[in-house]
Amino acid sequence: MSTTPTTSESREAGPVGPDKADLQPARLTHGSLPRRAAPGVLLAAAVLGAALWLLGVFGPVAATLLAAALYTAGLYLWSRSVEGARKAFDRFVTAMVTSAFLLALLPLVSVLFTVFDRGFERFDAEFFTYSMRNVVGEGGGVHHALFGTLIITGLATLIAVPIGMLTAIYLVEYGRGRLARYITFFVDVMTGIPSIVAGLFAVALFQLFLGPAARMGVMGAVALSVLMIPIVVRSTEEMLKLVPNELREASFALAVPKWRTIMKVVLPTAAAGIGSGVTLAIARVIGETAPLLVAVGMTTSDNFNPFDGRMATLSVFSYTQYASPGVPPVFSLDRAWAAALTLILIVMVLNLLARLIARFFAPKTR
Amino acid sequence: MPPTTEKTRTRGAPQRPGDRIFAAASTGSGVLILVILAGVAAFLVSEAWPAITAPAEDIPGDDSFVVYVWPLLFGTLLSAFFALLIATPLAVAIALFITHYAPRRLAAALGYVIDLLAAVPSIIFGLWGVAELAPRTVEPTRWLEENLGFIPLFEGPASATGRTILTISLVLAVMILPIITSVVREAFLQTPRLHEEASLALGATRWEMIRMAVLPFGRSAIVGGAMLGLGRALGETMAVAILLSPSGNVSFNLISSANPSTIAANIALTFPESSGLTINVLIASGLVLFAVTLLVNMGARAVINRRREFSGAN
Repeated sequence: MSTTPTTSESREAGPVGPDKADLQPARLTHGSLPRRAAPGVLLAAAVLGAALWLLGVFGPVAATLLAAALYTAGLYLWSRSVEGARKAFDRFVTAMVTSAFLLALLPLVSVLFTVFDRGFERFDAEFFTYSMRNVVGEGGGVHHALFGTLIITGLATLIAVPIGMLTAIYLVEYGRGRLARYITFFVDVMTGIPSIVAGLFAVALFQLFLGPAARMGVMGAVALSVLMIPIVVRSTEEMLKLVPNELREASFALAVPKWRTIMKVVLPTAAAGIGSGVTLAIARVIGETAPLLVAVGMTTSDNFNPFDGRMATLSVFSYTQYASPGVPPVFSLDRAWAAALTLILIVMVLNLLARLIARFFAPKTR
Repeated sequence: MPPTTEKTRTRGAPQRPGDRIFAAASTGSGVLILVILAGVAAFLVSEAWPAITAPAEDIPGDDSFVVYVWPLLFGTLLSAFFALLIATPLAVAIALFITHYAPRRLAAALGYVIDLLAAVPSIIFGLWGVAELAPRTVEPTRWLEENLGFIPLFEGPASATGRTILTISLVLAVMILPIITSVVREAFLQTPRLHEEASLALGATRWEMIRMAVLPFGRSAIVGGAMLGLGRALGETMAVAILLSPSGNVSFNLISSANPSTIAANIALTFPESSGLTINVLIASGLVLFAVTLLVNMGARAVINRRREFSGAN
């Protein structure tokens, strides 16, 4: 509401100030830059930057920054002289906003490049078929950690998905009044629990029953499920809300009980979205390190029983290989990067899978 | 229209056993979530209690728990604050780019690219920080020390490894960027189209339209998103544990090699090798972290939700 008066104010202030209305007949149009002005200036700045880089005056990063600054300043000054201050500032903001986006891409590209570059050193068959049992120096692999990660994440999914989905069903289909409001609020708050606190919670919980030295796969699963539940609730809730009310009402009109309506009408309609949300939730927790480090620990051998002693996981494997390397540290570091590469590939495949589920299992709208 | 359907649904339908079981199960898991959250607090308190009440000489460092946790809390707040300072303006700019500047057809894909940043596990950010980012900060921090050394933040002496609070803040900023961006982006997308069009029709440039219609509408989302990001930065563990070379002192010096550690990183670094009361002390420090992040997150949600109720969109 408050925008309209402000707009008209600045509109009045604009032409009155600088326009020499009494000297010449009012100019109804003002100059504007040619259509290809922005790409042209960008090209010029890029050519200049590239030239300075090739001549060896600047490094590649400095040359890029210089070209960006030149483009921004050049276009601003040109526009200011032809189009006026307001238009020029608009172009300036456009350049700044665009470069902010490109700047954010920089770490993403750098992270992916680094992980792929260094991870491929040890990304071989031995890496996936050997554990670290009796391995000193070269060789060894993540057989134990890969399965540990899958088992613990699978258990966490088994705990989190039923609780999360039922809670979402409660919030959308049943929840009225204060309890529903509290649950919504605290699910939101739960999203922000630091992962290490979730790990400490699992430790504190099991310590009461099993003594202070307890480290088990299932403890990690409990910690991960605390992190996973709010994500599942959120995504499922969003999807259930998208199911049109007409479907429910049609089902009730045919005297179908509420629970069968939910099971047979609401859930199948939202299945694609829920599946995609659950997959994304798995992708979120599968890379968690801190809770597993404190609750599950690390081991060098295969241990696929989550109720018996320490287990290895990919993320903790990567961390321990980095944190306590062997005598020529290069073998350990290679293993750490290869484990990181495995992890990032799993996460990306899960993300892709989530997209595919959402696309191919979506309900037919027509 | 809604009241009638509501009435028929509750009055007309007979309560079958299946209905009752299903309603009980879903209500039960809703309550279970509240119980879990309360349980997190309760178990942490019960395990932290021995440390809080323990005599000073049993705590690592031979001093009271408060003295133990204070430098860690300071480091946590310091790194998270600077991460926020870097990430918030960038996130707002990126959200603007995706919602108002990028070509319509590309917008969804660009949003997905930013979300990919959130998908990268934190341990990988840590490894990347050590291998790529930290060495690259050495030269710039030297320059900061020489030219801006009169500011206490850049007092130096500059670290030779680059494993400083400044580097941590950069990595944390990258990690919380997608979180803030997604909250702000949602709000910007909900700006009433009529406000935008009215502004443009009155002759505003695109930036003037954004300043007068979009930004005021999204202001509370920016605050809320930033607080969510802050909560995330406070609790971030592995990247800090790998990257930082801690010394446990309290100083605002961002670029020296003597850095305060953070609560989360300290737990991850000391927990695997500790026993006895040290574990209780670490759990107690985790409780402090839990309390701080809980407050920050509750504040963030309150800000975001209040806006949702009053927003002009509905």
